[in-house]
Amino acid sequence: MTGKIKGLKCRECGRAYPADPIHVCEMCFGPLEVDYNYDVIKQTLTRESIEKGPPSLWRYIDLLPVEGRATVGLDAGYTPLVHAKNLGAQLGLDELYIKNDTVNHPTLSFKDRVVAVALTRAREMGFETVACASTGNLANAVAAQAAQAGMRCFVFIPANLEAGKVLGNLVYRPTVVEVEGNYDDVNRLCSEIASKYPWAFVNVNIRPYYAEGSKSLAYETVEQLGWKAPDQVVIPIASGSLLTKIWKGLHELHQLGFIDPVTTKLHGAQAEGCSPVATAFKRGVDFFKPVKPNTIAKSLAIGNPADGYYAIKATNESAGSMDFVSDDEIVDGIKTLAQTEGIFAETAGGVTIGVLKKLVKNGLIKKGDVTVAYVTGNGLKTQEAIAEFVGRPVRILPKLQSFEEGVPHAN
Amino acid sequence: MPSLKYHLRFPEEKVPSPIVYEIGKEYPVVTNIRGANVTETTGWLNLELTGEIADIERAVEGLKQKGIQVDPIELDVIE
Repeated sequence: MTGKIKGLKCRECGRAYPADPIHVCEMCFGPLEVDYNYDVIKQTLTRESIEKGPPSLWRYIDLLPVEGRATVGLDAGYTPLVHAKNLGAQLGLDELYIKNDTVNHPTLSFKDRVVAVALTRAREMGFETVACASTGNLANAVAAQAAQAGMRCFVFIPANLEAGKVLGNLVYRPTVVEVEGNYDDVNRLCSEIASKYPWAFVNVNIRPYYAEGSKSLAYETVEQLGWKAPDQVVIPIASGSLLTKIWKGLHELHQLGFIDPVTTKLHGAQAEGCSPVATAFKRGVDFFKPVKPNTIAKSLAIGNPADGYYAIKATNESAGSMDFVSDDEIVDGIKTLAQTEGIFAETAGGVTIGVLKKLVKNGLIKKGDVTVAYVTGNGLKTQEAIAEFVGRPVRILPKLQSFEEGVPHAN
Repeated sequence: MPSLKYHLRFPEEKVPSPIVYEIGKEYPVVTNIRGANVTETTGWLNLELTGEIADIERAVEGLKQKGIQVDPIELDVIE
């Protein structure tokens, strides 16, 4: 579809820019986001045309910021929306659904969505090199998809990162750059590199396009519910971008006439050890105080989140809420989801389920509400977080007697 | 001459201080405020600093020593 992208627009002052690899308003330094021409999109896009599309996020290509066809991450998205009857029964919810991005492709987290969009856009802009600053899921997704796309790839990490996490990136053969210094030092260096080198830095100069990939979670949820927006959604907050883009995606579908006016309540979920956004929300203010993260939920450990302000704003608009959970509650959430629905989530999923439990307990989600909990990454990535809390195998001798005597409930 | 963009946050006790003026006097950098919101209890500024890189880095360190939180305009980019 041609003409669907008007350009970029400042989220603060509204100033318009061409759809270039830029991310900051030159006037007020506010963040830029993609501005669409919905009148053009409306002319051809229908529910039926979407339903005929590929079983991936690219079925919504007309609502994503690429001008040509999809070229990277062709299998990303369109993950299962699981009717969680067992967990729902335990919590007293009839209509609980898990949006299961633990099985996203190719790297088992929702980052596959945003990176598929970012790299497709970067390629059509003529970039040959991609980069990111990441300690986990984002690095995996960028390194894997860059390998598939044949693009040169740089991943920047703090020098003290655990060996296992580095290995998960090295296998795709990017250039992994360990920066001597703390997170602040890596952040500062990456901002400077992104402004100097002609690279597609996915979460810096390509961020306006990259972030739009998260909207596909809203589109899929609505389509999988039979073109109906949920009553309640529970979304983990790291940078805050995911929550704001799900909100944007729901409103776009209404604007296009695909769903009724959006009455969905957004509920943001953070870990207690890194909860700048949820803490600000609970205090009733729209600015947050940066924190030094200290939580097992490493994939949500962003102490100075770029979209924190906008996440608070969207949650207020929806009349929703935010909350946080302790590390113990995170582990409990992971185990609960695994033992009721057979879904092994990483720590961010434990945060989502932990906050879901609190919302039900506090009466903010009712029995009949259509509720969707976003589970954004696979538990195989953070096994160390629960290793001490899942028990041990029962050890026996290779004899029937040993089995019958040593294994509970064997008879 | 290079220009770098920063997001500054002021704690309550620093709100009345003329920090930007002081930095411009103490270091050879041009300060240019591009966005701001200051209340009685807190405040933030989007600030452009123009000068030699080494001078900008010294000015940033000076801001931090005055108790100001200084971050790249993008805030955290590690995800």
